[in-house]
Amino acid sequence: MEKRELICIGCPMGCPLTVELEGGEVISVTGHTCKRGDVYARKEVTNPTRIVTSTVKVLEGKADMVSVKTREDIPKGKIFDCVRALKDVTVKAPVHIGDVIVPDIAGTGVDMVATKQVL
Amino acid sequence: MTMYDVIIIGAGVAGSSSARELSRYQVRACVLEKDEDVCCGTSKANSAIVHAGYDADEGSLMAKLNVQGNQMMEELSKELDFPFKRCGSLVVCLSQEDLPGLQALHDRGVKNGVKDLQIILDKEKIHQLEPNLTDEVAGALYAPTAGIVCPFNMNIAMAENACTNGVEFRFNTEVQKIQKIAGGWQLTTSTGTYEARCVVNAAGVYADRFHNMVSDKKIHITPRRGDYCLLDKSAGRHVEHTIFALPNKYGKGVLVTPTVHGNLLVGPTAIDIEDKESTATTREGLDELISKAGMNVKNLPMRQVITSFAGLRAHEDGHEFIIGEVEGAEGFIDCAGIESPGLTSAPAIGKMVAEILREKLDLQPDPDFQGTRKGILNPATLTMEERNALIREKPAYGNIICRCEMVTEGEILDAIHRPLGARSLDGVKRRTRAGMGRCQAGFCSPRTMEILARELGMSMFDITKSGGASRLVVGTNKDQI
Amino acid sequence: MKSYDIVIIGGGPAGLAAAVSARKEGIESILILERDKELGGILNQCIHNGFGLHTFKEELTGPEYAGRFIDQVLELGIEYKLHTMVMDIQADKVVTAMNREEGMFQIQAGAVILAMGCRERSRGALNIPGYRPAGIYSAGTAQRLVNMEGFMPGREVVILGSGDIGLIMARRMTLEGARVKVVAELMPYSGGLKRNIVQCLDDYGIPLKLSHTVVEVKGKERLEGITLAQVDEKNRPIPGTEEEYSCDTLLLSVGLIPENELSGGMGVDMNPVTSGPRVNERMETSIEGVFACGNVLHVHDLVDFVSEEAAAAGRNAARYIRNGKAESKGHVVTLNPVQGVRYTVPCTIDPEKMDDTQIVRFRVGNVYKKCTIGVYFDEELIISRKRPVVAPGEMEEIKLEKAKLLQYPDLKTITIKIEEA
Repeated sequence: MEKRELICIGCPMGCPLTVELEGGEVISVTGHTCKRGDVYARKEVTNPTRIVTSTVKVLEGKADMVSVKTREDIPKGKIFDCVRALKDVTVKAPVHIGDVIVPDIAGTGVDMVATKQVL
Repeated sequence: MTMYDVIIIGAGVAGSSSARELSRYQVRACVLEKDEDVCCGTSKANSAIVHAGYDADEGSLMAKLNVQGNQMMEELSKELDFPFKRCGSLVVCLSQEDLPGLQALHDRGVKNGVKDLQIILDKEKIHQLEPNLTDEVAGALYAPTAGIVCPFNMNIAMAENACTNGVEFRFNTEVQKIQKIAGGWQLTTSTGTYEARCVVNAAGVYADRFHNMVSDKKIHITPRRGDYCLLDKSAGRHVEHTIFALPNKYGKGVLVTPTVHGNLLVGPTAIDIEDKESTATTREGLDELISKAGMNVKNLPMRQVITSFAGLRAHEDGHEFIIGEVEGAEGFIDCAGIESPGLTSAPAIGKMVAEILREKLDLQPDPDFQGTRKGILNPATLTMEERNALIREKPAYGNIICRCEMVTEGEILDAIHRPLGARSLDGVKRRTRAGMGRCQAGFCSPRTMEILARELGMSMFDITKSGGASRLVVGTNKDQI
Repeated sequence: MKSYDIVIIGGGPAGLAAAVSARKEGIESILILERDKELGGILNQCIHNGFGLHTFKEELTGPEYAGRFIDQVLELGIEYKLHTMVMDIQADKVVTAMNREEGMFQIQAGAVILAMGCRERSRGALNIPGYRPAGIYSAGTAQRLVNMEGFMPGREVVILGSGDIGLIMARRMTLEGARVKVVAELMPYSGGLKRNIVQCLDDYGIPLKLSHTVVEVKGKERLEGITLAQVDEKNRPIPGTEEEYSCDTLLLSVGLIPENELSGGMGVDMNPVTSGPRVNERMETSIEGVFACGNVLHVHDLVDFVSEEAAAAGRNAARYIRNGKAESKGHVVTLNPVQGVRYTVPCTIDPEKMDDTQIVRFRVGNVYKKCTIGVYFDEELIISRKRPVVAPGEMEEIKLEKAKLLQYPDLKTITIKIEEA
């Protein structure tokens, strides 16, 4: 039986969680103060995911860069693939919050969207 | 190859003052400076004090030029438009046994020609003058003629005026070798060879290197490091006068002084080092200066420190200015060993060097010499109506870049485009004060960098803090991925 | 001279929320003065997510959170000026400001809301010895360069300070291709949110060295390296523990200071613990009709609380305009932070003038595990809240009910302290 201690990152409270695993399967989760913590703990030990935020160069806009994020979380192991895929991406102004900058980033099925308006 | 009449090595206060005084004459002159700007050596890292003149030995050149420089400072500050304030100084004595030392300073001062010196033994009177002096004070030497100056502005003003009057300046030009040639001297530098009939060696901590290239009678300059702490303007009125301790063999000791811009300056140490480039402060140095300063001034608000720095004094073994033609090296004029009171003496040093050259080269006055120089306009000195008229004409004066010191884009543009204009963040800082405030350029530096890049047609990657390798940004996002 | 009922200094999250709240409270004449080229304040460069969980029940990035409030400001037609620096405010509420188009001008405000945010402590304030090369940045300045302008300040990074900005920048620099070697923290605990330790350090294998600080800076023109040393319980470097790290960049995340130059200039009473103004239950400073909210009042961790606090300030500024100076019996209760509690916002409460529910926010001075937050009305224990852990890096709050306070007409002091469980 494996025991893993983690900090929940579902919200800024950061509850300390303890997960018990047997053969890669989650047996129990303790320490959370809301459902999100339970969900996060199970996910984090079996298939950890993250939201990735970054910046992309803007052409002909009032600002030089626009901030972007993965619309949903992607597998933690794909963070650098995602960033690499943004490397030479540029977007022409105007950009609005929610605009898809790169669809299906790094083959994750998740779009990279703008999080700021640049006119 | 042009044979200059005079080449001056070093664009610190001594070199720039010499250049300015020389520019009164019709002369082909050039200043060679190894750094990217004027005022990059000792001249930018000192106590900024205009000494009264009681410290130097009676009859010495230091004493003579100190008193002369002090007398000249007021008028020069108006001519060249740099800030100077005659705030007066107090040498503080902490015990009865040391009073003879205080008296000796006084007497020496009188002999050196310092006016209005007084010894005050009345504790109450001393505390009326300076409430934050230590309660342990036994007596004080009050020198009303002492003052504070902006060393950057003074140096820059002298250099600018020299440039306007025809003196050439070459930066990033390090002199490597000096050789006697027919009719003068040949200087090999990092940017090429120069020739001149006369050379002025105003090379600060490196002056011994050049002197020793031309003379067998060697001089030896030890870099004597002074660490300082600068406190926020909210502490600027902790004392009203410059407060000195009784001097010891290493120098004037640690002082506490208001600066001409309203900060409080504490320092320096006096630590002899070997490396002529080592302007790093040390933990021991900073601790030492804080504890020593606290002996003379109580309740020093050290939580208000906004930055610390160190400068290297050019201390020659003989502890005396060496100004004059070097024996056996005709046309080679030393201006060496310019440690304290170098800043104070600078106006007089310049005059002395110029006079030596005038006589030597039989220089004629330049009828077109412009002795007045207008500094960078500070819009805060204008009325609101005047300010708005200025902004209507030049909207950049309506755009505040440095929030802490309230410096506008207009002033920064002026700093960049005037003669010997700023080319780096520190160059802008020393001319305008942008970046000298309590956030220490945290807010304004990205904006100032943009302005420099735009105005000088430079890439952001080439913008530096202070020339050389001090690049600020190294690439663009993800360029290494 | 133009006049406005409410002039708000700063168009960041505090200023925006205060403006929206004041408008919803019925005040038409509102002006926001913002020095940057856009509204949104520091949120514009906080491109990471984690904002808005309380306010919108969603996790947003900084710019998205700002966008929600900017949208409201635009929809409500609230006036604002950009590129406008406020230079001075007098006690009679005359605001002097400047921009390129209008030059220097003055506005008579009926009420002023201070929302200027905060700035970062610099290396100079820490007195770190060594050279003064290029390559030393406060984390926020580096954040601006990277996130707004797309420039990398360096390639090999050491970060001093494990506050949120330092942690966030550890991740940012890594994801933009730099190598972050270590994060050093003077205290024996991290100053930032635990989630940031996980997502910014653990995820990338960046070591965190607690009880360490930078004792030397190397490199005359551009940074070449730093020396870390362990510190003792008095935060003094322990000789013999020095470790050298080569790097070309040092990011400093060593404290935020409310930007109170304007407040000090007005003569507002300041709280030396927060470096912000002392305020009463209505977020009003010692000058009548001058309110404060957000980071200028006290440095926050969560923008959601900034918005709440600012909304209260906006509401109260609006009421001040409508009703004039609030009359009361003058019974003022002092809040007394002791025993682990460093400060409270507000500092005083007038039970007659407070809302039905008053939020009191505070910070503790140390990490306390398995403790109780005790709230006393004079000597009587009123609230006792058990907490598994409280830390300096995480602002706390308790709620006081007006009805409860009115039951104690002779109440002098409300004491808040940390006790053992």
